[in-house]
Amino acid sequence: MAKITLQSLAHTYVQDPKGPEDFALQELNHDWNDGEAYALLGPSGCGKSTLLNIISGLLVPSHGRVLFDGQDVTDLPTADRNIAQVFQFPVVYDTMTVRENLAFPLRNRGLPPSDVQDRVERVGRMIDMTDVLDRRAAGLTADAKQKISLGRGMVRDDVNALLFDEPLTVIDPHMKWELRTQLKKLHHDFGHTMIYVTHDQTEALTFADKVVVMYDGRVVQMGTPVELFERPAHTFVGYFIGSPGMNVFDAKIDGTKAQIAGTRFDLKTGYKLKGGATKIGVRPENIRLGDHGLPARVKRVEDVGRHKIVRLDMDGLEVAAVAGEGATIPDGGTHVQFVEGGVNVYENDWRVAAENEQPLTHDKKDAA
Amino acid sequence: MKTDNQRAWLLVLPVLVLVAFSAVIPLMTVVNYSVQDTFGNNQFFWAGLEWFRDQLHSERMWDALWRQLAFSGIILAIEVPLGVFVALNMPKKGVWASVVLVLMSLPLLIPWNVVGTIWQIFGRSDIGLLGYTLDQLGVDYNYTQGFYSAWATVIAMDVWHWTSLVALLAYAGLQSIPDAYYQAARIDQASRWAVFRYIELPKMRGVLTIAILLRFMDSFKIYTEPFVLTGGGPGNSTTFLSIDLVKMALGQFDLGPAAAFSLMYFLVIMVISYVFYIVMTNLDKEDGQ
Repeated sequence: MAKITLQSLAHTYVQDPKGPEDFALQELNHDWNDGEAYALLGPSGCGKSTLLNIISGLLVPSHGRVLFDGQDVTDLPTADRNIAQVFQFPVVYDTMTVRENLAFPLRNRGLPPSDVQDRVERVGRMIDMTDVLDRRAAGLTADAKQKISLGRGMVRDDVNALLFDEPLTVIDPHMKWELRTQLKKLHHDFGHTMIYVTHDQTEALTFADKVVVMYDGRVVQMGTPVELFERPAHTFVGYFIGSPGMNVFDAKIDGTKAQIAGTRFDLKTGYKLKGGATKIGVRPENIRLGDHGLPARVKRVEDVGRHKIVRLDMDGLEVAAVAGEGATIPDGGTHVQFVEGGVNVYENDWRVAAENEQPLTHDKKDAA
Repeated sequence: MKTDNQRAWLLVLPVLVLVAFSAVIPLMTVVNYSVQDTFGNNQFFWAGLEWFRDQLHSERMWDALWRQLAFSGIILAIEVPLGVFVALNMPKKGVWASVVLVLMSLPLLIPWNVVGTIWQIFGRSDIGLLGYTLDQLGVDYNYTQGFYSAWATVIAMDVWHWTSLVALLAYAGLQSIPDAYYQAARIDQASRWAVFRYIELPKMRGVLTIAILLRFMDSFKIYTEPFVLTGGGPGNSTTFLSIDLVKMALGQFDLGPAAAFSLMYFLVIMVISYVFYIVMTNLDKEDGQ
């Protein structure tokens, strides 16, 4: 187990990069604390797999350094880093039995056979495969194979970190929950540093203590699920997390007053702005429909079971709002109101704190 | 309206004609010869299975068969591991991959009799690079006189000509292995040998089966190269089945025995290939369990 530090890390696949657009990974300084479970969340192509492969040593970064507990491992090959990594698509050794597959990383490290036996049995129980341990791995289904890959990742308990690269993509939905629970339990029991790459926000938010959101080769925010939800640091985070994502409006802000689509309203607090393009972001959950506020028209209502999603048109701007399952939605004209404290102000897409902002008081348990 | 005629059968006719002329009629001609005897003048007499019995007790045929099996065994034992080794060391991508691929394909494009001629000259001790060099080094090398020299040359020639085929097939098998397998192996701290044994070899098995089958069948039928190089000599030491067959059929004009011989030859190749195929597909099925 180790603390992983990234120092001025950047990566480009291009020979001589001309500018930031040539970098798959923009320069980044980051600490992954020992024993914490992180999720690396972002859309496809945002550089999260690149980052993961740099940490595991499958990729040597073009710039910057990687430290494990202060030791520079940038040029150390994967095998010497003592990292476990599970890939998106199952990798099993076809000619081996399930047991041999699970034992493989241990045997390669020269562990005594009795220890190997114990750990394989334990991991076999964890991934619920004890009854097929002696079968050939080749004939199993894709999700059974992926469970073997996961098992191989979890079988060593002295690893510096456990990395997961979208490991549950090929797994059945009900098995996903179970395996994710197993991973959390593993983290709880052994306290490995874990980094879990995914583009699925639910997966990220349920798995991790801290979620790192990546966008376009850079880390845009690291925080607890609550922080990501309530105070997205970048408009992308607001849009990417949440279903539907945050409403982001171009807005004029003047002191404590704001103007969206020709309607002025009171923000009740000031923001330190530097004169960039300003936007206002409001989660659909923080929007109420009523008799006063900003005039809007209901376009359609989507009933998703637990609640309703109301799509509105506010003078040409699209607005999504969440209403209770029992709420009556007015037909046609209505007004949109923002819940107090549910308004985020952005300047050049980055969040600007309100002058009187308090730190978030909820901890993660409340939100879940 | 229902048309009731059999004209659709005409569509099958071209295939029937083609197969008849390319396979059935020639084969039946051979069968015909194998059960008859002739004293010339195009007069044939019924001989029954006499020629088959004859050939089964012919020391000459058995010698040629053992020679043939030894030859196929030796070249398989060299070409398959060597081809795999070459494939493992070929560049995976970039300009060099293409260059190497082209170079590797060259021997496969050379006609058999040209290969024989190349090695015939190559091995001559007066003007051939190989023969001259060995001669100067004091090695007793002469493929027209020495048994071992002749065999070594015939085998070297086949290895030179056909290892590329095995290598190219193995290379194709290796190229189809996703990167994730190698990455997982690095994560699992697998040794180079373990990567080969547990990832590369199993993934290459399909193409290697084909390579072995092709090389076996082809080497078992080999004729032109040793014929050009040694003419089957010295003595009969490189007279393989095909060479013997041609000697018998065209040299001595013993059509009956030669026909019986070639039918048995055909059966042997078919049986061995079939057994081989069955064994390999059964192994595949076991994997599927």
